[in-house]
Amino acid sequence: MEKINDQVIMCGNEAVGEAAIQAGCRCYFGYPITPQNELTAYMARRMPEEGRIFLQSESELAAINMVLGASAVGIRSMTSSSSPGISLKQEGISYLAGCELPAVIVNMVRGGPGLGNIGPAQSDYFQATRGGGHGDYRTPVLAGASVQEMADLTCRAFDLADLYRTPVLILGDGILGQMMEPVAFSASSGVKLPAKDWILDGAAGREPRCIKSLYLGPRALQRHNQKLQAKYSRIEKEEVRWEEFEVEDAVLVLVAYGISARLSKEAVKNLRREGHKVGLLRPITLWPFPHRRLRELAAKISTFLVVEMSFGQMVEDVRLAVEGKCPVEFYGYGGGEILTVKEIEEAARKYSG
Amino acid sequence: MKKENESKNRKIIFRRPVSLRDVPTHYCPGCGHGVVHRLVAEVVDELGIRERVVGIAPVGCAVLAYDYFNFDMTEAPHGRPPAVATGMKRSRPDLIVFTYQGDGDLAAIGTAETIHAANRGENITIIFVNNGVYGMTGGQMAPTTLLEQVTKTTPRGRFFEEAGPPLKVCEMLAPLDGTTYIARSALDKPANILKARRYIKHAFLNQIEGEGFSLVEILSPCPVYWGLSPLESVRRLGDTVVSHFPLGIIKDVKFGREKQ
Repeated sequence: MEKINDQVIMCGNEAVGEAAIQAGCRCYFGYPITPQNELTAYMARRMPEEGRIFLQSESELAAINMVLGASAVGIRSMTSSSSPGISLKQEGISYLAGCELPAVIVNMVRGGPGLGNIGPAQSDYFQATRGGGHGDYRTPVLAGASVQEMADLTCRAFDLADLYRTPVLILGDGILGQMMEPVAFSASSGVKLPAKDWILDGAAGREPRCIKSLYLGPRALQRHNQKLQAKYSRIEKEEVRWEEFEVEDAVLVLVAYGISARLSKEAVKNLRREGHKVGLLRPITLWPFPHRRLRELAAKISTFLVVEMSFGQMVEDVRLAVEGKCPVEFYGYGGGEILTVKEIEEAARKYSG
Repeated sequence: MKKENESKNRKIIFRRPVSLRDVPTHYCPGCGHGVVHRLVAEVVDELGIRERVVGIAPVGCAVLAYDYFNFDMTEAPHGRPPAVATGMKRSRPDLIVFTYQGDGDLAAIGTAETIHAANRGENITIIFVNNGVYGMTGGQMAPTTLLEQVTKTTPRGRFFEEAGPPLKVCEMLAPLDGTTYIARSALDKPANILKARRYIKHAFLNQIEGEGFSLVEILSPCPVYWGLSPLESVRRLGDTVVSHFPLGIIKDVKFGREKQ
């Protein structure tokens, strides 16, 4: 990847915004909600500078449907929000999936349920990885653990969206959105994208096109769903990403994503210094999930410890992946609080022999 | 020889618009949607914009409008067409974007999207078909259902104290500074149908000329859920419905300017 400028210090929210601009996002539609307001404000300033569209919508419902409109006419577009706002967007995300429209949606997760609080959380994992709205669909979910990675994954999200004609979710949290770190931006990932031969741009010299998710006949809807499922299978085959740290000789492997993974990595480093054979597996794509790798590891290690800033959501995916081949323990809590490295270490010591 | 002369003298004076597909519709006998579809298609043909138009179908009886219009179309979640249209028009101002919505879609679940697209002065065209009832779901009360009108969810009639009065969309939007053109007609008689056509044309011309938000409301019959025959429905439309929803151009910011 070619660096197009030097590192700058930015918060995660702003970095995601700049990365979207570098990735060719031409429209941003958003509605204020903490802790992602820096992203909306950044786009309000930067998009017009680039001659692109920024619009503060009247609601999250409107924002996601503006994205749907822009996407249907072939324009790269994005919206962002935090948990309660993402719940509102689920209607539109389901339609985007059903209509096979590319879009990028950022969720800087905060504590829930309901209005919850504005602290960082990882309690939207279920919603993010199970489609979130109605119907049989999934959306790729990309979870970074640093400001730089959030920026890189934003760029990747636009390509995945176009490549598979699907909404793609970027899952951060209040910390990743707010904390400042050095970041450098890359031009497009260079992925070869298919021509957008499905967009609505006026039926000039061709048959009219229709973008829809309504298939009234049961057979027709089943066929449509089978097509979607085939696409999801392709994504599961091609797009699983994860990072491993000190896993090779590990007896205990921590599984964590996002900011929890960053904390867990510190814990692993400290525990290694104490002589514990501990490693970390960090899913970068939460869907598709690294099931296969976890299953392989289950045969070699004694225990998985899943660490989350929730009361246990991803732990269910790890248990599904492991199929009972080794114990899967959990440490974590939610409510807008940040886990500490020390308490992760303590939890890990219980299982590291 | 004689045959040839005959064909030379013949002139086509009436035909299906190119913008309307030659297919049977699912609409009930006496429904107004077929007429409104035709008016929109005629205007699109007349303005020569068929290859630049993108239409947005609602959720409601006109959900399948994309099967009938012969140009690019999409669907939108219930009530969201003005937001979808905003996204389209802002990102591709060269396209002619219109929404086709019913009273439940536009004036109940989509009220926020309607008002804010109007208030922002989005350069889009909205065709609003008001038949005062939810047709597709089986005849429930709409925001525009008249007082005392019996529906599935107002079995004793709609009462002011319970459900408020029928919502007058045009009168609600006209005071907004963002709106350019607001007009209402009805399908109760040919004169009003022709007026509806004129309003629709004006609303599309406004968009072509970048004048901003235009909405045309068309009062339309729903014989099945009014419990009347098609003929009685048209009579009720002219006798009763029109008296609650005054017809005419309610707002025209650019009034008096030259139109093609």
